[in-house]
Amino acid sequence: MAVRKAITLLLLGLWVLGAASAAPGAQPDLDKLANELATPATQKQALDTLAELDDSAVEVLLRAIKDGALYRLGTRLVTLGDDGGLKTVNDKPVLDDKGQPASLPDGSAPIPLGEEFFGVVQRILERFEIFSKDPSTRRATAIKLGNSKDAAVVPILTRARDQERDPAVKAVIAEQLAKLQLISPDPVVRAAAVRQFGKAKSETALAQLRTMLTEEKDPAVQRAVREAIESIESHVELRNMVGYAFNGVSLGAVLLIMSLGLAVTFGLMGIINMAHGEMLMVGSYTAYVIQELFSQHFAARQDYYFVVALPLSFLVTGLVGFLLEASVIRFLYGRPLETLIVTWGIGMIFQQAARLYFGDQTSVNSPTWFRGGIEAMPGLILPWSRIFIVVLALVVLGVLWWLLQRTYVGLRVRAVMQNRGMASCVGVSTRRVDAMTFALGTGLAGVAGCALALIGTVDPEVGKTYIVDAFMVVVLGGVGKLVGTVVASFGIGISNKLLEPSIGGTAAAVYAKVAILVAVILFLQWRPTGLVRQRGRAAAEAAG
Amino acid sequence: MSVSRREFLKGGLIAASGVAAGVGLPRILAAQGKEPIKVGVLHSLSGTMAISEGPIKEVVLMAIDEINKSGGVLGRKVEAVVEDPASNWDLFAEKSKKLLLQDKVACVFGCWTSVSRKSVLPVFEKNNGLLFYPVQYEGEECSKNVIYTGATINQQATPGVDYVMSPEGGNKKKFYLLGSDYVYPRTTNKILRAYLMKKKNVPEANIAEEYTPFHHQDYQTIIGKIKSFGAAGDACVINTLNGDTNVPFFKELANQGLTADKIPTMSYSFAEVELQTLDVKPLVGHLASWNYFMSIKSPENQKWVKAWKEWAKKAGMSDKQAVTDDPMMHAYVHVKLWAEAVKKAESTDVDKVLKAVENLQVSSPVGKYKVDAENHHTWKPVFIGKIREDGQFDIVKRTPEWVRPEPWSSVTYPERGCDWSKGGKGTFDKVQGKRVWLSEKQ
Repeated sequence: MAVRKAITLLLLGLWVLGAASAAPGAQPDLDKLANELATPATQKQALDTLAELDDSAVEVLLRAIKDGALYRLGTRLVTLGDDGGLKTVNDKPVLDDKGQPASLPDGSAPIPLGEEFFGVVQRILERFEIFSKDPSTRRATAIKLGNSKDAAVVPILTRARDQERDPAVKAVIAEQLAKLQLISPDPVVRAAAVRQFGKAKSETALAQLRTMLTEEKDPAVQRAVREAIESIESHVELRNMVGYAFNGVSLGAVLLIMSLGLAVTFGLMGIINMAHGEMLMVGSYTAYVIQELFSQHFAARQDYYFVVALPLSFLVTGLVGFLLEASVIRFLYGRPLETLIVTWGIGMIFQQAARLYFGDQTSVNSPTWFRGGIEAMPGLILPWSRIFIVVLALVVLGVLWWLLQRTYVGLRVRAVMQNRGMASCVGVSTRRVDAMTFALGTGLAGVAGCALALIGTVDPEVGKTYIVDAFMVVVLGGVGKLVGTVVASFGIGISNKLLEPSIGGTAAAVYAKVAILVAVILFLQWRPTGLVRQRGRAAAEAAG
Repeated sequence: MSVSRREFLKGGLIAASGVAAGVGLPRILAAQGKEPIKVGVLHSLSGTMAISEGPIKEVVLMAIDEINKSGGVLGRKVEAVVEDPASNWDLFAEKSKKLLLQDKVACVFGCWTSVSRKSVLPVFEKNNGLLFYPVQYEGEECSKNVIYTGATINQQATPGVDYVMSPEGGNKKKFYLLGSDYVYPRTTNKILRAYLMKKKNVPEANIAEEYTPFHHQDYQTIIGKIKSFGAAGDACVINTLNGDTNVPFFKELANQGLTADKIPTMSYSFAEVELQTLDVKPLVGHLASWNYFMSIKSPENQKWVKAWKEWAKKAGMSDKQAVTDDPMMHAYVHVKLWAEAVKKAESTDVDKVLKAVENLQVSSPVGKYKVDAENHHTWKPVFIGKIREDGQFDIVKRTPEWVRPEPWSSVTYPERGCDWSKGGKGTFDKVQGKRVWLSEKQ
């Protein structure tokens, strides 16, 4: 705060030197000004004076009256701090008769600020803000000034641009300056600004350029405007297509990672596990717990919680799955309806347990390296967290495929799932294989839950949002085949995201989902076995 | 916890009756003094709504405790009967019937969602009960048996829009109305659309409207649309998404680089409690409009926040979770309002209390606060807050005076009002300057 004040003071000092209007060295009489400000009749006059002054103490006074923290205590005017302490307008603590920190009597009303003056105060404070310490405040102020269509702000913006160190903010300020040049009376300046926007392919001024197209009188400028608009529009179209494709791939990866576990438990083993969503939830809460532990014990290494949480969520959820199989599910093999009802009940127990233990105010915050994204092309940012989920989904898929197809363990699993009796005859312990396969499937759900916490909610009911989609993917893909699950998830994801932008109305997200569901149902009417023909126990049972 | 409160209550009762006897009040009054006044608390403590309604229940209990500590009401203690309707709308109606008929409570503090309020409404009207409702809502309702303390549209939604259109709010000209698909966002946006087009001359092309289902998780496409919509930097999002869907929305918003300086989001269902469930840093600068913010600098608010933190600690909440927000403020104040009304009426009879509550003024964490003389809604100031890094709101605007409640928006129903004061029969339409009561139309 002190630094910020010093900077503001310094900058304002420089500014005043430029203007050289204020009497040098004259200390403003803050007490007198504050008193004028506190009297409704003289409030406007005081604000006019304050607008001229360049003193950081003005900021304290103005913020206080704007926040409703300016009070009258006896004859004095005092400001109320966040800690409940009182200070004079000159920033000195207020003491009572006994020399103790004074406090306000109950029912004290703050000095009101006329509604019509809020804007004035805000604008005076804004001048402090274009030179603020915080880059996002500077950027916001620049955009605000750029949209003001007021040529009077050009000098202050130019000065801000020259002083700006942060390249991102500097670019924004420059763009806002160019925008103000679009309304310059000089056609040469206008045309140059227009060309700059065309070259940058920036959507920022597209709307303004469109209105210029009809209003511009100068033929040279008009030609420049037309070219710039064409260049920007073709860029926007390309960018949108790339954006939709990425959205689709990203949704596909989300669907894939949430249904891989189900592809094992339902697809291979034929267990209708309605608690699959809750297994994801267990993974999410594992990430939450690890995050909280890190923030308590290794705050300096906070970001690394995720590195620990990801494998741990697999182990924890896998263990939960193992216990579930050993205690309940193994008694229900071959009885799909009972399994459905029992696992649904288990899911509800998990939900309420999570609510009782964690409450609802939980969130998993992405590690800082997953914040923001990569700017693939101007105006298109691909978030790191989504890129991560795509990569993770593919890695998990690869590992699962390798495990099932290329290892001895996988061979046993496939053997049991395809022909239980035969596998048992040749000495495979089917009990152990069942337990381990179910644990593997739930463990995968845990990994998914941990990863999805980066982009979604962590709350007791989060499982509900996943379960339907996961079943849809596995059923559409064809029960029992990994490749079907992959094709189905990316198919649904991409077609959903290509469809959604083209749907009008006020609930495109719902309609897109409905359309996809209808398409899936129709497809299953035509090919009940899904995209890829099933093999395995479920198929054998269905056939037998 | 409950045991200790009961013990305390017993002690208080003995003391109260002792005082009564000492002063020599008539025997009847002293006998009455032994019976505590029962009030109902009807907030979900399990299910989806528990996150929002749990703290409300606690703050109501805290207010009752404060009243009891300062001697109760009419020399009698106040006893809370807490029921958990478990976020189930049918259960709300059942539980309210139980509170009114079996427990014979003097009034009920309860409900959050509009659907829960609508489901208990017939019960309260049939049995002449009294409900205090603490949440901002879409309006277009005005029951004799309900005191609506939360904001009406003109006490939250339209001032929010006014702010983003003002120079200090960034002169926004385009509005993306995004909400969950249910009655509150749809009605609010219907009124906001009319307000923007009729009162503010915003062309229809500058308003976009979009709804997502509950628990919607994938906001990629919508954020993309918002980005194009607001490329010029003159747009804002008006957000009425409820509860948990705010999390994926704001996460996606931040990840795609839509910070508040480019396209600010003005939220109407997103306060301090919900903010604690998010990583605040990417949200800094986004806006909310409420009748209360925890960061209000007034001695009364600071005192209340402190008391709440102590109460929450006893209730086993962590310090991080012990925040106050707008619905909690209304819930706290309306308990005090009811107590004042009972004192004024010298009775807990619903009709007498309703009479006494008209125009009744109390002091509150936001300053003076009163019930309208006619329409059963309340007057209070409006604040606009900007999210700060510490998970609190920086107050960027406040109305200098309290704002009159309009249960029927003057934009969509310019001639409609509501009057329950003497001679009033509820909702009316003004036809050629004369009131035509809706109840008599049918």
